[in-house]
Amino acid sequence: MAQTSPFGAAMRLPVSLVAGRRRSSVIIPAFALFVLVVIILLAVFAPFLAPHDPVTMTPSVRLKPASEIYPLGTDAYGRDLLSRVLYGARISLFIGVGATAISVAIGLGIGLVSGFFRILDAIVMRVMDALMAIPSLLLAIAVVSLTGASIWTVMFAITVPEIPRVVRLVRSVVLSAREEPYVEAAIAAGSSLPKILWRHLMPNTLAPLIVQGTYVCASAILTEAILSFLGAGVSTETPTWGNIMAEGRAFFQIKPELILWPGIALSLCILSINLLGDTARDLLDPRMKKREASK
Amino acid sequence: MLAYTVRRIFAAVPVMVTVAIFVFLLLRLTPGDPAAIIAGDMATPEQLQKIRNALGLDRPIAVQFFSWFWLLLQGDLGTSLISNTPVTAMIGKHIEPTVSLALLTITLSVIIAVPLGVLAAWRHGTWIDFAVMTVSVIGFSVPVFVIGYILIQIFAIDLKWFPVQGFRSLSKGLGPFLERAVLPSVTLASIYVALIARMTRASVLEVLGEDYIRTARAKGLKENVVLFRHALRNAAVPVLTIIGTGFALLISGVVVTESVFNIPGIGRLTVDAILARDYPVIQGMILLTSGIYVLINLLIDLSYSFFDPRIRY
Repeated sequence: MAQTSPFGAAMRLPVSLVAGRRRSSVIIPAFALFVLVVIILLAVFAPFLAPHDPVTMTPSVRLKPASEIYPLGTDAYGRDLLSRVLYGARISLFIGVGATAISVAIGLGIGLVSGFFRILDAIVMRVMDALMAIPSLLLAIAVVSLTGASIWTVMFAITVPEIPRVVRLVRSVVLSAREEPYVEAAIAAGSSLPKILWRHLMPNTLAPLIVQGTYVCASAILTEAILSFLGAGVSTETPTWGNIMAEGRAFFQIKPELILWPGIALSLCILSINLLGDTARDLLDPRMKKREASK
Repeated sequence: MLAYTVRRIFAAVPVMVTVAIFVFLLLRLTPGDPAAIIAGDMATPEQLQKIRNALGLDRPIAVQFFSWFWLLLQGDLGTSLISNTPVTAMIGKHIEPTVSLALLTITLSVIIAVPLGVLAAWRHGTWIDFAVMTVSVIGFSVPVFVIGYILIQIFAIDLKWFPVQGFRSLSKGLGPFLERAVLPSVTLASIYVALIARMTRASVLEVLGEDYIRTARAKGLKENVVLFRHALRNAAVPVLTIIGTGFALLISGVVVTESVFNIPGIGRLTVDAILARDYPVIQGMILLTSGIYVLINLLIDLSYSFFDPRIRY
């Protein structure tokens, strides 16, 4: 068992959590892509699609059941649930994509440099080991409790725990690619360091990064919802899926739809991203292809 | 083995020290006056001064760190800013529900997930395999609190089999304890089952292609002996590893589940601390959970050679 970290095998997270599946039909990825595209379209066009304003309170129509005017009913403040769920998709997707982009960019930078320089590597990996030992939700909670909760600080708080996972992945790719003859040739030919890192080493990381990126995105969306649900997320005035569910908790026994609908939206969103990640991994991971071919 | 054990323990120490430095710097590196950050916008000058004194913020940062770290080594996690009680005492008061919930969850997950994973690998490519994988993808994608509320709705409100919320200590009898612990444990187990079942399936699948499995079958061993003694034991290492790394997921699951089921454990303590901006408690929770995480993974690492005698250090 090859151990790259003196901390031991137990610290290595599997690159993908969705391990081993056969070459399946196109039905599942197509379904996932369809669901995700629908969610993205609903989020983008929420202002045109939402039948009501998601934040205007109308006390006279509190906790109404589904009707023609309010397709999913109303919440405890008389706000239209459908409109709030539609607007909630915007925050989830924005934070999911934002946190993924930032953590991949930072993780890629650190991972490339740390994989290339052995001395730096030892220090960086110890810091990453420590960061990974902290449960990501608690780390995000700590950051939010210190910086206050705005959409940017929440995004930052979700990004920090994801960075070590990206760094480890990029580093492991760089460690093996560094030994390739073309990298040696580039060094011998006197290529500048940024050029070696970017032109020769970085492209190797792209395929695994795309796969890891989808899992980071799913995890970021989930963490955002949990933070909101616990009251440590974006301001309660903003409609997010987590906030809608947090407010629905008190009325759960009267009107479970307040938790059910945003819950379904959230689950479908995460499910479709995970399934697309699986598909991307099956297509992009050369080891998987080799395994399939040898069968 | 002894040399490896000692080496592994010493490798875990710098990780914990780095966690401590990180937690310490988190507060100090946040832009703004740390006392003001902790106290919030409505703080009076007296409150600010009190926090500065409590955290020793008027002293040089290195002095602050070493005096804080010295206390930490003695097991002092600081004092809550709200209740003025030591954080260790607060954790001690809330630890029982969380530990019993976590143990029940892990037991439940392993009992359910390992046979499911073996079954899926054994019947690879059939509808059984597909069903197990589907359940596992769903378990992984549906957030814990959504599962929790769905279970409450079905089993507590509609069927009235269990109480909706709450917790009873095991010391008050097994019946009342289980009655309230079943739903939260099942909720919490959903991610863990998904994780372990996948890993078991992938790992057993790899092993089933080995020559010794064919030999075992050829000499006429019963299929369940082949599967559980020959295949599963050789597939155990990755499964153990995922149980260890999955512990981080369990912790965030605990925080959410305790909140859904109104269980007075350390997860609830954390949520209350967030709402009250009680930073020392959050900091204590981070140190505690990271410590347990490192310890569990250390034990798992050391147990590899027990499960797989080929691994020698």
